[in-house]
Amino acid sequence: MKGLMDQRFGQGEIVISKVDDLINWARLSSFWPLGFGLACCAIEMITTWSSAYDLDRFGVIPRGTPRQSDAMIISGTVTFKMADRVRRLYEQMAEPRYVISMGSCSNCGGPYWEHGYNVVKGVDRIIPVDVYVPGCPPRPEALIGGILKLREEIRKETLMAPKAVERLLKKQKA
Amino acid sequence: MTTEEIAQLIQEHVNVEVEVNTKQPQHEIIVKNVDIEKVCRFLKSDNRLMFDNLSCLTGIDNGPKANTMEVVYNLYSITKSFRLTLKVMLDRETPLLPSVTSVWKAANWHEREAYDLVGMTFENHQDLRRILSPDDWEGHPLQKDYKEQEKYHGITVKYERD
Repeated sequence: MKGLMDQRFGQGEIVISKVDDLINWARLSSFWPLGFGLACCAIEMITTWSSAYDLDRFGVIPRGTPRQSDAMIISGTVTFKMADRVRRLYEQMAEPRYVISMGSCSNCGGPYWEHGYNVVKGVDRIIPVDVYVPGCPPRPEALIGGILKLREEIRKETLMAPKAVERLLKKQKA
Repeated sequence: MTTEEIAQLIQEHVNVEVEVNTKQPQHEIIVKNVDIEKVCRFLKSDNRLMFDNLSCLTGIDNGPKANTMEVVYNLYSITKSFRLTLKVMLDRETPLLPSVTSVWKAANWHEREAYDLVGMTFENHQDLRRILSPDDWEGHPLQKDYKEQEKYHGITVKYERD
């Protein structure tokens, strides 16, 4: 099935859409994660960008600075020494920002959950996480799955707070 | 050259007491902590030995019961193809010993690692900082009676089970 933009436009026509849909569509189709990796999961993440899996087709392009990124893929073991840096990078990112936690270590400490005194037992202890990708390490397909899941979440977002709409409607009725 | 012969050479030239342990398959020379730098300098510079490569330097904690710590030096002579294991026994309360960074530059990071994880202090080391743990980490993780801290920068260290 052809999308709206694939159809031929004549002259002078207009497209009507919701601001929410337009903005969400823009956000989810140009998802720019910060280019960094922490441990073995990073190898799988890099592979996901290789020609075999081709993350570029989703508009997912790594950026070299947090100020141009709107996403973070935490790929690998977060040590306490690194935790401060991860948190600082997250804080430097522009909003709206999204976080994918990739692999067992980042999700919950992985194999280090009991005796790893140096490992943060889940990156959600330092920054909020939107999507968890399970696996140790997850295959590139799993990471793509996580990105598609996040895209669905972004598609559901709305700029309008439902409460504000309710209040407006109430005012109109009164 | 056997470990005994090397020990003999050390005693003749450096004028220090050393002990030779040949009970284990890996023979070792045990040196007093104050003598280690002198002994290492001799082992490197002597023409019959030429131990020009410090392959590894490790710290070991034997626990509060034994109340000792050890530093093990694995040396290799590239020109002569000799291997040698040196050992320094330390008191666990005051684990102090001279640095060998002036003999082999490779000792720099190794000594920092031993300091960071096991907690012995190397005197005259020019930059004895932690190398693996963060600067403000509490305690030395490879000590036998190490207890991990509860929180680090507000993050709970332990994994909580419900």
